[in-house]
Amino acid sequence: MDLVLSKEAINNIVGVLDEDLLRAGADCALLVDRSGNLIVTRGDPANLDVVALAALSAANFGATSEIAKLIGEDDFALLFHKGKNENIHFTKVGKGFILITLFGKDVSLGLIRLKTAKVTDQLIPILTGEQ
Amino acid sequence: MSFIDLSKNEVQCKVVYYGPGRGGKTTNLLYVHQAMTEAVRGKMVTIDTKGDRTLFFDFLPLALGKIQNLSIKIQLYTVPGQVMYNATRKLVLKGVDGVVFVADSLKVQKEKNVESLDNLRQNLAEDNIDIGEIPLVLQYNKRDLGGSNIPILSVEEMEEDLNNRLQVPWFTGSALKGDGVFETLREISKRTVKQVSRKLLSR
Ligand SMILES: Nc1nc2c(ncn2[C@@H]2O[C@H](COP(=O)(O)OP(=O)(O)OP(=O)(O)O)[C@@H](O)[C@H]2O)c(=O)[nH]1
Ligand SMILES: [Mg+2]
Repeated sequence: MDLVLSKEAINNIVGVLDEDLLRAGADCALLVDRSGNLIVTRGDPANLDVVALAALSAANFGATSEIAKLIGEDDFALLFHKGKNENIHFTKVGKGFILITLFGKDVSLGLIRLKTAKVTDQLIPILTGEQ
Repeated sequence: MSFIDLSKNEVQCKVVYYGPGRGGKTTNLLYVHQAMTEAVRGKMVTIDTKGDRTLFFDFLPLALGKIQNLSIKIQLYTVPGQVMYNATRKLVLKGVDGVVFVADSLKVQKEKNVESLDNLRQNLAEDNIDIGEIPLVLQYNKRDLGGSNIPILSVEEMEEDLNNRLQVPWFTGSALKGDGVFETLREISKRTVKQVSRKLLSR
């Protein structure tokens, strides 16, 4: 069950996040696993406690999956929280990972949705070692 | 689930403090937090606390230096001990690499300790983890109450109740005063990292 990622795999993930999310205007993109480990952080999270964000996001996602089960859903594929200036978007990546995207009010949610869907498809083979 | 990042030569593992309500899990983390320098520990996150009862979890990330070439990062979590929060405990237990079971030395908590250990065994089994296989350390907490007028369990009795079959390392402690806190942490870290690297080598 342990995850080991090579330098190449990490570089590939970094490339995907930079290319699709940061270039689209996201402030920050993080990949975490569902036990709360922080796998990759991109963007400028200067004042952001990314380790705590990873742990809390994993827990939040876990709690939300339980809610999904209660209402007869398997899981929710994404979560979105809207703030005054900053928004946060969570996407499920495969069974074991979560992609977290932070973006400001000048970036549209539609664009982020489109990009995260694309990123998710690219990340799964890297994370499962099929690339 | 541990995560090994070969681009940074870093391993991240998850250690969960488990045990009956009010046993001293949060107090263990608070002690570690205040005793360690900022270079070693990150920010402690305590969410959803009602009085001093944990409702979701506490979280404390530590950077424990290097073993051979590998930087060791350990994330400490506590679960809510109260019986009714089992769904939350399962959630926090997800991907666990090592467990500290904090048992309460108060005589009145004798059964609660056993129940909580059984609950741990069951919750791990649901995730296909055998309690006999995962790194596990017991802490018999609140030993400072020995000699007060509050009846406490003898260490022999706690060993008999909790560790008879498991035969795992155990420590007496007083999380409130800090006794045994680092001994417990050191042992679980050592065992967890060893198990993770064993799995890594056998890949
Ligand atoms: N005398 C004594 N009191 C302790 C010790 N450790 C914890 N306590 C006290 O016991 C109470 C409960 O401790 P917590 O650390 O909050 O217990 P917990 O296991 O996190 O409890 P839950 O969050 O409900 O699961 C607090 O009032 C602590 O101050 C100890 O070693 N000795
Ligand atoms: Mg607590």
